[in-house]
Amino acid sequence: MARMKFLCDAERCIECNGCVTACKNANEVPWGVNRRRVITLKDGEPGEKSISVACMHCTDAPCAAVCPVDCFYTTPDGIVLHDKDLCIGCGYCFYACPFGAPQYPQKEAFGVRGKMDKCTFCAGGPLPDNSAEEYKKYGSNRIAEGKLPACAEMCATKALLAGDGDMVADIYRKRITKRGGRPKTWGWETAYPPSRS
Amino acid sequence: MSRDRSGTATRAKRHKRIMLWSLLVMVLGTMLLPLTGYLYVSIVPAQAAQGSHNQGVNPHANYWRAVREGDKGYTSASGPYTTDTLIQNGGENYRNFRNGPISSIGPWVMAVALLAIALFYLIKGTTRVEEPRSGRMLERWSGGERLIHWYTAILFIILEITGLSLLFGRAVLIPLLGIQGFAAWAEFAKVIHNWSGPLFMVGIILEIVAWARYNTFKSYDWDWLKKFGGMLKRGVHAHAGRTNAGEKIWFWFIATFGLIGVCITGLIFDFPNFGQSRETMQWAALIHSSLGVLWIAISFGHIYLGTLGVEEAWQGMTKGEVSEEWMRQHHDLWLEEIKKGGTGQTADKAARDASKRSPGTASS
Repeated sequence: MARMKFLCDAERCIECNGCVTACKNANEVPWGVNRRRVITLKDGEPGEKSISVACMHCTDAPCAAVCPVDCFYTTPDGIVLHDKDLCIGCGYCFYACPFGAPQYPQKEAFGVRGKMDKCTFCAGGPLPDNSAEEYKKYGSNRIAEGKLPACAEMCATKALLAGDGDMVADIYRKRITKRGGRPKTWGWETAYPPSRS
Repeated sequence: MSRDRSGTATRAKRHKRIMLWSLLVMVLGTMLLPLTGYLYVSIVPAQAAQGSHNQGVNPHANYWRAVREGDKGYTSASGPYTTDTLIQNGGENYRNFRNGPISSIGPWVMAVALLAIALFYLIKGTTRVEEPRSGRMLERWSGGERLIHWYTAILFIILEITGLSLLFGRAVLIPLLGIQGFAAWAEFAKVIHNWSGPLFMVGIILEIVAWARYNTFKSYDWDWLKKFGGMLKRGVHAHAGRTNAGEKIWFWFIATFGLIGVCITGLIFDFPNFGQSRETMQWAALIHSSLGVLWIAISFGHIYLGTLGVEEAWQGMTKGEVSEEWMRQHHDLWLEEIKKGGTGQTADKAARDASKRSPGTASS
């Protein structure tokens, strides 16, 4: 069985936010809820790197471990999903998640959280595949249609890879062996001293 | 002969001394020698840094190490739960502390408290009023005080049930109610907990304002603690004012750990709309649940002493009145103060109430 993984190649990501847009479009994510976001490190400085991040579908998911109502489950493909009919919007998964993946729509006063929403690897939820209710609650279910997540499919530079962990790793390994760890241009080390980047 | 014996004695003493000293040297050596590593690092930091650099450590590793340690970046995405941190580590501590010590030790703290109380009750039974009652009644708690107490107490029990459901329900209630049944209860419990929390805090503050002056520690409180309030032995009594040393400790526990440790931290993650960080809310949640469990465990003792443990204590908080004999046995100094009329209105009212209740005995 495949184990689904995301991988973002920091050498290729150009912070175009195409993945964010693709995600919002594919899943009709409400305003203020970001299932995926691009983070730029050292923005405007030498050594700037961008990375697209969403739920990483952890093997031992911290969100699932702290959930008081046990609403998370892992599919046979290794995708971490949750049941919005069980979720109580307590916010514990947001405290526990290393990647800031869980999001909450705020409907009521005093910042009361609605049902948690997060990246589903475009695999919908526990409701019948590609039903109207599933789309409304969890967004599209591209996995059931034999497709990969919209964000990775739309990535222009193929920085964001999604799919079976072994295949993603193979692609990335090939890239690394071709390009090496660091740029090999003469004088690069002088222009950008390693201590600064 | 005697010199010989003294000679062996001093030798034995010397042996013992040598043994002790060598043991001490060994223990200190095993403890201190490994610490010289710190000394080495602090003396040659520059050299060490230079050395590692020359060995060609991949600077990318340092780049990603900083990210792993929670380095912030920039993101154009915006929303209340959107962060510019790629990886935050606090969550793992939150998870391990919540699913570790709080979940494993917490239930034991409460269970041990309950067991200890049950055992104490089985051995000692109810503390009864020793003198025969004259029928003279005195005011223990005024109507206002009782109102504040029961307002807070009822909210405490509601918060206790809902809070424990959220903390331990996954382990305890899901097998009983089923996953959907428990989710429905948890949703309700969360709303109730979130709304009664701030109302409960109002009660706690009112209690502190009303009773702080009766809860200053006096010299006789030490004696009360040493005698354990006379709870262990019939006929042994300790001095106490309006509140005894045990009640004072309970009061100050609530005023410090309860108000600051549980109520304030509760507010921090009850209202997530003030821009407080994830780290703040993680710590607030951990402190809230661990001190909350402790508070519940201690409250068992308070509830026991107010109901089964001490005869007539219950009436003091429900009807507001207790017999003079009860007062003399448990709060002798307060009784003196009432008799002196030092408390003004309270004592007048007590006397009036007493005469209303049993005019024959009050006039005698």
